Amino acid sequence: MATASTTGDARPILDQIATTDRRRRISWRLWFSATWVALVGSLLFALWITGNIQLDFIAEWSPFILQGTTTTIILSVVSMVLATILALIGAVSRLSSNPVINGAASLYVSLVRGTPLLIQIFFIFFALPQLGIVLPALPAGIIALGFNYGAYMTEIFRAGIQAVAPGQREAAEALGMPERLVMRRVVLPQAVRIVIPAIGNDFVAMIKDSALVSTIAVQELLWRARSAGTQEFRTLEALLIAALAYWVLTIIFSFFQERLERRMARGDR
Amino acid sequence: MTDAPLPDLGARQATSTSGYESGSNLPSHIGEPIVKVEGIHKYFGQNHVLRGVDLEVRQREAVMVIGRSGSGKTTLLRCINFLEEPTVGSIEVDGVRVDADPLHARDRRHREQIRQIRMRAGMLFQDFNLFPHMSVLANCIEAPTHVLGHSVEHATKRAEYYLEVVGLAEKRDEYPARLSGGQKQRVAIARALCMEPKVLLFDEPTSALDPELIGEVLVVMEDLAHSGTTMIVVTHEMHFAQEAADRVVFMENGVIVEQGPPEQVLNDPRHEETTHFLRRFLDR
Repeated sequence: MATASTTGDARPILDQIATTDRRRRISWRLWFSATWVALVGSLLFALWITGNIQLDFIAEWSPFILQGTTTTIILSVVSMVLATILALIGAVSRLSSNPVINGAASLYVSLVRGTPLLIQIFFIFFALPQLGIVLPALPAGIIALGFNYGAYMTEIFRAGIQAVAPGQREAAEALGMPERLVMRRVVLPQAVRIVIPAIGNDFVAMIKDSALVSTIAVQELLWRARSAGTQEFRTLEALLIAALAYWVLTIIFSFFQERLERRMARGDR
Repeated sequence: MTDAPLPDLGARQATSTSGYESGSNLPSHIGEPIVKVEGIHKYFGQNHVLRGVDLEVRQREAVMVIGRSGSGKTTLLRCINFLEEPTVGSIEVDGVRVDADPLHARDRRHREQIRQIRMRAGMLFQDFNLFPHMSVLANCIEAPTHVLGHSVEHATKRAEYYLEVVGLAEKRDEYPARLSGGQKQRVAIARALCMEPKVLLFDEPTSALDPELIGEVLVVMEDLAHSGTTMIVVTHEMHFAQEAADRVVFMENGVIVEQGPPEQVLNDPRHEETTHFLRRFLDR
């Protein structure tokens, strides 16, 4: 048999390698998914054989509880937009050479990160009315969440801006671009790419932390689960439904986040 | 105006700002002074990096600055467009004069003057610093549209012209990450040319390149030098300096030790430091 190296055609081997690789990948994925299904399935089965799960309650109250999903999504998305705006302003301010601007931004971050989110929510909804500022529950919740996450994200954006290579700023300045333009056109677009994974994580956390505003009677997922559960004395089922809904939401979001990250990385390489 | 008599530089010959001997005529293509560096000192903390540098560069002149690392040549270049704020001295580019004023370096008026200088002096960096989130064309029209206020069509037309000059017209829609180092530096040159600056400042433009890519950048630079682009080049490429320079400036310990036509400074240096540097350099 001739050595296939120089003149012979090695293509059949390549095809075989490709087929084997594909088969391995598919089988890996199958096992991976099967593990999930098996674990979740046995957990639910274990709950069911205790005989304490009422499927009737689930069938009857699921629609009511799941209606809260819309509120949860609105709450999370609007709060996230607010947080992003605050974080952008905060980050640029934290890097400012002006002591007043820098001081104000750093106080914001310190204060918000140094106090519990739950107190901030209560403060805006229960304490501000004492000063004559009365906000409906949903806007109060959005402001509290947005304000809180804005502080954490300020630090993320600041790190992102500082992670942009100093040469980028120099190159832009050397072209005669004024400071603001350098920031807007050169530094921020690159910083945003750097922070997208971290911001994505924060959004997942935000979806879950939005449950805290159930305490001020915003009728989102957890609030509905609690009210249905207490009313019918079926807290276990109610909480299960809500927990599943949060879980599915975060899975869906993570899926899109992964795709976004892959797409943004493509332009760079 | 090209053969106007030079002022007598007499005794200060070694550190004379023009570098040409008194009485000798300038090469005929050289024009009026366009960059004037006067009495520049630069401290980094207590470290005295530039110790009184005067340099005058004329229109269409190609000046190559050589010297060992740490001699202050890169700092000098970066002081010209105020990427480093000089501690003492003044810089003039195309009639825009800015005095070093570290105490008021952040004042609005001072910053605006610096910006005026930067618009007139294009800078090329060792590691290119193309904007990675923009295509080649977008890199080239960014400053002309946003700083000079040119329309996108106008800026695009000029960018295409300058990309042609550096031989990369077909890469206009690529992103920098898809280019080789040599191509990146050539795009950076096109980007700088798009601002139609009065002088180009090159800070070791080939030092970060693989050896086989250095040539393509030097060819472009040599073409620019021969077609009358005013440039100041900090470089370690002695052969290139020999070929393309109108004047070679040798720096050591933060001062200009010797300057003159390349054949003189590189082949027949008058100062011991220069001889020493060149011998060590060529031995390597």
